Amino acid sequence: MAIDIDIAYVARLARIELSDEELEHYGAQLEGILEHAALVQQLPTQGVEPTSHPLPMVNSFRPDEVTPPLDRETALSQAPQADGGHFRVPPTLEEE
Amino acid sequence: MKYESVIGIETHVELATDSKMFCGCPVRFGADPNTNVCPVCLGLPGALPVTNEKAIEWIVAIGLALECDIAHRSQFHRKNYFYADQPKNYQISQYDVPVCSGGALEIETGGRPTRVRINRVHMEEDTGKMIHVGGGGRIKDADHSLVDFNRAGVPLVEIVTEPDLSTPQQARAFAQELHSIVLTLGVSDAKLEEGSMRFDANVSLRPSGSEDLGTKVEVKNMNSFRSLERALTYEIERQTAVLAAGDRIIQETRHWDEGAGVTEGMRSKEESSDYRYFPEPDLVPVEVDETWREDIRRRIPELPAARRVRYAAQGLDPDSIAVLSGGGSALTGLFEDAVAAGADPKVIANWLLGEVTAYLRRETVDLSETALTGEHLRDLERLYAAGDLSSTAAKQVLAGVLAGEGNPGEVAEARDLIQISDAGALSAQIDQVLADHPEEYQRLRDGDAKVIGYLVGQVMRITGGKADPKVVSGLLQEKAEA
Repeated sequence: MAIDIDIAYVARLARIELSDEELEHYGAQLEGILEHAALVQQLPTQGVEPTSHPLPMVNSFRPDEVTPPLDRETALSQAPQADGGHFRVPPTLEEE
Repeated sequence: MKYESVIGIETHVELATDSKMFCGCPVRFGADPNTNVCPVCLGLPGALPVTNEKAIEWIVAIGLALECDIAHRSQFHRKNYFYADQPKNYQISQYDVPVCSGGALEIETGGRPTRVRINRVHMEEDTGKMIHVGGGGRIKDADHSLVDFNRAGVPLVEIVTEPDLSTPQQARAFAQELHSIVLTLGVSDAKLEEGSMRFDANVSLRPSGSEDLGTKVEVKNMNSFRSLERALTYEIERQTAVLAAGDRIIQETRHWDEGAGVTEGMRSKEESSDYRYFPEPDLVPVEVDETWREDIRRRIPELPAARRVRYAAQGLDPDSIAVLSGGGSALTGLFEDAVAAGADPKVIANWLLGEVTAYLRRETVDLSETALTGEHLRDLERLYAAGDLSSTAAKQVLAGVLAGEGNPGEVAEARDLIQISDAGALSAQIDQVLADHPEEYQRLRDGDAKVIGYLVGQVMRITGGKADPKVVSGLLQEKAEA
């Protein structure tokens, strides 16, 4: 079953820049994955409840109680850049 | 061509839970940046979210207050997007099965009711805060951005209406009514200026009488009821001018600039968002069965609309009704306590909105910092109704009670404010006044009713204002006829 995928659009959504060769290369791979997934869609699923979670359980809750947060130094230790207690990130670019 | 405006409102309400939606970090406004964060709300690898049960209870309460259907089973979805305010690159939200759907809220403008349908009420998590550095603080010219994740993961409820509003005034009335309900439920501090309650509006124009919907524009960044109304008024005028010039409306998001009084387009080009929602695999579904739902329903307090009807029936004036039913006043609890203890609602409302409010403003204290209780108000009202306190003295006693001088009886005694209304006790003073003013006494005996006021004043003077003027007046009448 052939599936068409707009790989350029997917790349744009993921903010990944791909060359034309890469677009073709990854596009073919992703199409292969989708074709595989499409097999499942051929199964007769009328009357089967959609399942969002494999475990047959609901309402896994926690009480509204505060637990100690990380100290800031630890919180920021994984950040490539930090500034005055903030995470520092590159500017957000306008969409082209 | 004549146009009519069509408005829908999206409201975000930050819940005032102690901890965040999916982790135990404290929910606190104004803390130092990144001091209320943990691996879950920082989106660190391997961290797993666990749902805050109270947040679910509260969104169900909001849904029930808005006459919504509560989904027996709902689930969370990931909303994927690229912006650094959410460290996971997605926001946990709800998609096709929100907790609440299909409700309504009735509002009134200019004496006319409007029923605003609620499309849905769903649960999500708030984002972090971004500061854009350089380029005058604007996103597109910034050199870099700073992120504070304290707010990331705070429980956020989104309430979406159908496009049932047609004027900025209705939009404002809707926002205010919803605000009152949220405060009455006690689920959020609902401070517009701090962003814990935020209103976005979708506005479009269509030819008058048409059923079609025009191209809609989303207006954001209104942080008061007044700016919501102003922004919509401006936006409707702007769209009307665009259409009148033969141009077409561009679907976009526009920011309200409070200082300039205009809405401004945010992006030159708007690609329709593709959030690629998919079910959140880290969270199991939420099931609200009938028992839980009805238990929550039973605990919902009387809502503003019902309160307004009851207060009007109790004879309160419109100002008192507005303040006491709004859900945001600490006076309401005191009023209810006093009335439940048997006090006259009108007298209590007048004192609360008059003396008590003035006292709190003058002394810049909160009601909770004073010793005043509903029983105090009831006792004070009894002393006043029995004639032991004049209206002026009652207010002085109230000030004393607020200042912590004791209960009303003690304050009245200590400040020597108990009115003399005992005829025997006043008789001597009245006789003395009549003896000192023979001319007026004669006029009184001759039936000159006008002189009574003067003589009452004299008795008040020699009793230091403590005589009950009504009793004095009655006794003087008796003397005249004797």
